[in-house]
Parts: sequence; C-alpha cells; structure tokens
Amino acid sequence: MFDQLSERLQSTLSEVRSRGKLSESDVDSAMREIRLALLEADVNFKVVKAFTKTLKERCLGEDVMSSLDPGQQVVKIVNEELASLMGGTGSELAMATSGPTVILMAGLQGSGKTTACAKLAQFFKKEGKDVALAACDVYRPAAVEQLVTMGGRAGAHVYERGTDADPVDIASWALAEAQSERRDVLIIDTAGRLHIDQDLMAELAKIRKQTRPHDVLLVVDAMTGQDAVGVAESFAEVAEFDGVVMTKLDGDARGGAALSVKAVTGKPILFASTGEKIEDFDKFHPDRMAQRILGMGDVLSLIEKAEQQVDEKEAEELQEKMRKDQFTLDDMLTQMKQVRKMGPLSGIIGMLPGMGAMKQLKNADVDEKELDRVEAIILSMTPRERANPGIINGSRRKRIANGSGTKVQNVNNLVKQFDQMRVLMKSMANGRMPTPQQMAQLAGGNQRAPRPKMRRR
Amino acid sequence: MATSWQEIVDLGARQPGGVVAVEEEAPEQRRGVFRKLRESLSKSRQALTEEISASLFDKIDDETWELLEEALILADVGAPTTAAVVEKLEQEVESGAVPMDGVAVRDRLIEILAEVASTGRAPMDLSAEPAILMMVGVNGTGKTTTIGKIAWHLSKEMGLSVVMAAADTYRAAAAEQLETWAERAGAELVRGEEGSDPGAVAYDAINAARARGADVVIVDTAGRLHTQTNLMEELAKVRRVIQKQIPEAPHETLISIDATTGQNGLRQAKIFSEAVDVDGVVLTKLDGTARGGIALAIASDLNIPVKLIGVGETLEDLRPFDPGDYAKALLAE
Ligand SMILES: Nc1nc2c(ncn2[C@@H]2O[C@H](COP(=O)(O)OP(=O)(O)OP(=O)(O)O)[C@@H](O)[C@H]2O)c(=O)[nH]1
Ligand SMILES: [Mg+2]
Repeated sequence: MFDQLSERLQSTLSEVRSRGKLSESDVDSAMREIRLALLEADVNFKVVKAFTKTLKERCLGEDVMSSLDPGQQVVKIVNEELASLMGGTGSELAMATSGPTVILMAGLQGSGKTTACAKLAQFFKKEGKDVALAACDVYRPAAVEQLVTMGGRAGAHVYERGTDADPVDIASWALAEAQSERRDVLIIDTAGRLHIDQDLMAELAKIRKQTRPHDVLLVVDAMTGQDAVGVAESFAEVAEFDGVVMTKLDGDARGGAALSVKAVTGKPILFASTGEKIEDFDKFHPDRMAQRILGMGDVLSLIEKAEQQVDEKEAEELQEKMRKDQFTLDDMLTQMKQVRKMGPLSGIIGMLPGMGAMKQLKNADVDEKELDRVEAIILSMTPRERANPGIINGSRRKRIANGSGTKVQNVNNLVKQFDQMRVLMKSMANGRMPTPQQMAQLAGGNQRAPRPKMRRR
Repeated sequence: MATSWQEIVDLGARQPGGVVAVEEEAPEQRRGVFRKLRESLSKSRQALTEEISASLFDKIDDETWELLEEALILADVGAPTTAAVVEKLEQEVESGAVPMDGVAVRDRLIEILAEVASTGRAPMDLSAEPAILMMVGVNGTGKTTTIGKIAWHLSKEMGLSVVMAAADTYRAAAAEQLETWAERAGAELVRGEEGSDPGAVAYDAINAARARGADVVIVDTAGRLHTQTNLMEELAKVRRVIQKQIPEAPHETLISIDATTGQNGLRQAKIFSEAVDVDGVVLTKLDGTARGGIALAIASDLNIPVKLIGVGETLEDLRPFDPGDYAKALLAE
C-alpha cells in the first residue's frame, strides 16, 4: 500500500530547510510524490496533471524558513489547494418556493441510488417534511420492491406502478400525485445506466424535461477509478446534474473520484453516504475529503467521535497532565477504555493521520487482542507502579508478567512504548504534531512500501 | 481465439455438456433470443477487439514510455503494476530483445499484459457433485446478476442443473431479485425469511440440491464492504456452515469486481480472499468505458485470476475471460 504522503514529502524535502527556499528540483521531487499519492487515491490522471501544475507554481519560491519543516509546509499548501478545489463548505440543495421540491437521482448501475433515495427521504423527514419517492427503475429485477421497502423504513410514501409502465410516465404521474397530495419533497429513483447507453440516457433527459426537477443529483461510488471523469461529463451533458452524492464512503477507498468529478464538472459534492442503514447519510465536508484523499486522516471526524465519548473536563485535565509530563499508566488505561467505546479499532485507526498506512494496525483482530493484553498488564501493576513506571525493575516485571499471564518481554515492550508515548504526548499537548516516523515507532515498526518507479516527473 | 466455456470449467467425471435438450420455443421468442445474443456478442466484440494502435510506438523515446504509463494509469492498472510493465518492456527494447519496431513492440506489450493477466489462471472447479459456487463482493458490484448469467450458461452450454441459494437475507428485496433471475435461467431457488441466517439458507440449498441430484449450487451473498469486520466474519461463517456439509466446499468462490473500480479493488480482493479464500474474479460492467485494469494488479499481486467477465445486463452477457483479448482491449483507442 501507499505510504503516507506527508512522510514521503518530509523525507524528500528534509535537506531543504537549511537553504530556506524550495528550489525547482525540490519542488519537482515533491510533485512526483504528490502525483503518485493522488493517482493511488484514484484522482483522474488529467486532473492530477493540471493540479500539480498549479501547485508547483505556488510552491516555487515559497518561504519555508518560518515553517517547522518544508515537507509540512508543502503538505499544508497541497491541503489548502485540494480543499479549495473540492469547493468550500455550505453548498445547499435548491428548494421549491411553492409545491413539492423535485429531486431526480441518476447514476451508473450499482452506485447506490435506491439506498441514497431512501436516505435522502429520511434526511428530509427529520426536517419535518412530507416526503414521497417515485419508483422509476422498471428494469432491474425487484428494484421497485427494494424502494418500497426502504422508503417505508424512511417513512416516505412511494409512488409505484410496477414494471410494465414507462419510466417517463411514472415520473410525470408521480409528480402530479405529489402536487395534488401536497407533498413537500418528491425524490425520483431511476434505473442505473451506462453513460454511453444512448437510449437510456435519452430516457433520463426526458424524465428531466417532464418533471423539471429543482435538483438533479448524480450518485457516485467512492471507489470509482479513472473512469469517473468520463461518466460525470456524460451525465452532466445529458442530465445537467446540480450536485453529487458520494456513496460507500464508509469503506477505505481514498475517494479521488470526488475530486475528479468536482474538477471536471464544477458541481459540488453535497451528500456523503456512509453505510447500509438509512441513517448513515450526511452533508458532505469537502475539507475532510481533501485530507482523506491525501491519506491525512479524518482527524475532524475523530475529534467529533471522541467528543461524544469523552467528558470535556476530563479531557482538559488529561491535556494538562500530558503537557506537564504527568501522564500515568492509569490514565492510559482510562483512555484506552474510552477509545474502545468509540467502536471497532480498525475504523478509528483509519481516521488517524498516518495510521491508515501502518500494516500492524490494520488487522483489527490482532489489535483488540493486543489491547486486551495491555489492559491485563496494567491491571496487574500496583497503583504506585502505574503512577510511576520508572520503578518497575526486573523482579517487578516478572511478577507483572505472571499476574497478567503474559511474558516479561510484553511488559518490557509496554513500558518502553509508554515512555515513547509520553514524549510524544508532551509535544502534542504543546501544539506540535508528531512525525509519522514517531507514530510508526510507537506502533512497533517502520515499514516502507517500495515506491513505484514511475517515469513521468 | 477467445476462450470457450468448456476450457474454463472443470466438470470432472461428469459428461461435458454437448447437446442439451432445449424445449421447443415459439419462433418469435427464438428470434428474440438470437437477436439478443447477436447484440451482446457485438457489444463485447466492440469492447474486446479494438487494439492498441501501433502508432503509439512509431518513434520510441522517453515520451513513448510516458504515454504508455499514462494509458495504463487511465485504465486503472495502478502505479506499481504500470511501472513494472513499462520497465520490463523498456528494458527488452533497450537490450535489443524486442526490435525497435512499432508492431513488434506493441505485440510484445500485449504479450506482457496477457502474461500478467494469466497469473494464477485455473479453470472453475465444478467437478464435485454437487459443486458449490459462492459469490461474494462489495455492494452493487453485480453478484446477483452474475449468478443469473452463470446459471443460464451452465445449463445452456453444459447442460447442468442449478440450485440458487438466496443467502442475501439482508438487503431489501434481494431474494425477489434472485428469484427473477432463477426464473429466467431456469434454475431452482431456495430462500429464507428476510433477516434470517444466511448460513441456514446455504445449508438448505445444498440439501435441496442433493435431494434432487442437481449439479451446481450457487450461493448469493449480501454485498458488504471489506472494511466491515463483523460482516466479513459473517461471510466466513456462511463458508463454515457449507463446509460442515461438504468439507471441500465451496469448490469455487468468486468475487465480483466492478470494472469501474479504482485502486480500492485490490484491497477488496485481498481482504475478501483472507476471509473466504477467493478462487477467481468476475470482472463486471466491462460494457461501459472502464477498462478494469485493477484486475491486472489483483492477478499480479494476489495471484487471483479473472475467470469471467460481465458485459451487460441480460442472461447472455457473461463471457469466459480471455487474457489475450483483455490485454488488447485494455489500451484500445
Ligand atoms: N452494464 C452492466 N451492468 C451490470 C453488469 N452486471 C451487473 N450490472 C448491474 O449492476 C447493478 C447491480 O447488480 P446486482 O447484481 O444487483 O449487484 P449485487 O452485487 O448483487 O448488489 P448487492 O446485492 O446490492 O450488493 C444492477 O443494475 C445490474 O443490472 C454488467 O456486466 N454490465
Ligand atoms: Mg445482490
């Protein structure tokens, strides 16, 4: 897998600091790394090319004297540029001033339209709106049944006429019904179609013409590769979509398609679909997506998750302890328990910068066992040992290992890791991010995937 | 020559298909079938017979290799595999092993790509009676549709009788969807209640197949993301339930990979195969514009070959994977 971009940039640019300014060749080697990272994230090749060109201009001659290190500085610039390319926050759906707001959903087969329809319905339901769905996928077997079931779960009314009627007629009829029944929102589900299928694309254009939707949404699978650009361009031409719903974002795809689609069509990504359940749906955060594409982790989401679990005052106390270097094994135990309450470790780790790339942390099963072991070891220590690990000598280690059913080696490792962690925490609490190397050390290794030798600079 | 069904299916001691007693069809229905078949053939011919133009190699210099890299990346082959392929070809040209001639270089490129695509190639093992085939994969990649197509081909091409197990008991209307395909393909369907245990459905289907002397059981499973550890564990459990009845089963486990998938496809194949020991890939939706280059990375990194390709939404739209055709189509203009 791909190593973390910032780590690469830091090592590529490690000698630059002394010179103070980035030279053309520094920037070129940095651009090479960025190119690879973006390609690995499935950003379209042509978008990457254009993007690194802009980026290069901005990086050239950038003053790096004041920054911590040039690698970080470039990462910062990349992040800013990516976020601005992804579009600022706060794009909204257009709503009708009177009568039902009509939303037409379109996309390739299997991109997740039907599920997204139900989720969008639920989204409006929560705002107290009366929502209806129109079942216009008459082609895929049991698509109508699926929409009826899922719409029902969302508490939406479903207009359906089986699979014998024409999708354009169903859509027009559903709109008339929604108008006379005074619904607030009508969401039209359509069959998945290939962007090169002329008949079906013409049908989509017709549905659009007949129902004059306030919003047309393109549903795009976050795992899509290079083809996302061609698909989006075709749908933009035929269906003139206004925004995008990114689906399957709960997976580990970097989601470069989001960037490609935005870059070539200029349309904002409006919603993120993050699971199979109807409530796994939310507004899209472009800034977070930029970080995800770069493998910088979704720190913001993590903070939000942590906020739900951790008592704020407790957290402040902990922060204070970290800064003063008074963090103890007891604190670590408490923290570990809190982290584990946040859900399966694999999910959380993916959100941490740099952690996503670490092999040892990928296998969640091993992790959970390792955590069990750490807990057992700490629990076998006396309160004094937990508060002051410095006193844990050879015989104490043996006792602890026996008590926790582990090996002395495990106890040694824990004490050593705890020491490293304390150093890290101190610097983090003082406002500095640890380097990925430090984090990797903490995770017990520092592997590097061989980097593909691409020619193009 | 394209790969045939007989080449990619190992029927063991069973009489290979030959002539199947096809029921008399009404003439117009029959014409419909042939028209569709023709259409689907021309569709996949379009997708599979255009070639990389030799003009890319008219003049061979740095730019040639860069353009080649670009083309492979745009086909979703991914940087590591792209770099390996280009490096190999470049070296062979530089050392003189391949003459500096546009056609020769192009042909060698196709050969190299086909070699990579052939990594781990093996026929589908349907020699057991009944043979158990399990379909797995991420949501919406084409599992259920592919099962319909496989069943139809197994019965038309080799005269096998198929039982389908609707072990996607999770997604709304999943069993109804498979039921339609079972009707179309002339297969039997075993289903359970929505929300019931998927392992139990597979179990019942195997029993039903045994009782009726059916040749093949195809198990549909719910789509899931490979990152959902609990759902991956559930899948492994379905497999274990099957193995309680037949220790060597499933004899063939296929993962469906959508051809539009980018680099994440590699993770999908890797993690699914860790959970359920995948034997092959069905590369679906090749009738679109995506080239499905991630299949090359999957073959070369994980030793999991593509066995079938999906080229549309009807019963006929499934074909045996042919590494040579695929290599040619990967970079076709
Ligand atoms: N164009 C095209 N569409 C396909 C192909 N294979 C499947 N599809 C379509 O892709 C969509 C999803 O297919 P399904 O078979 O339902 O996929 P699945 O993997 O069973 O989906 P879940 O069970 O929901 O995870 C449907 O609209 C199919 O018609 C193919 O080869 N080409
Ligand atoms: Mg299915």
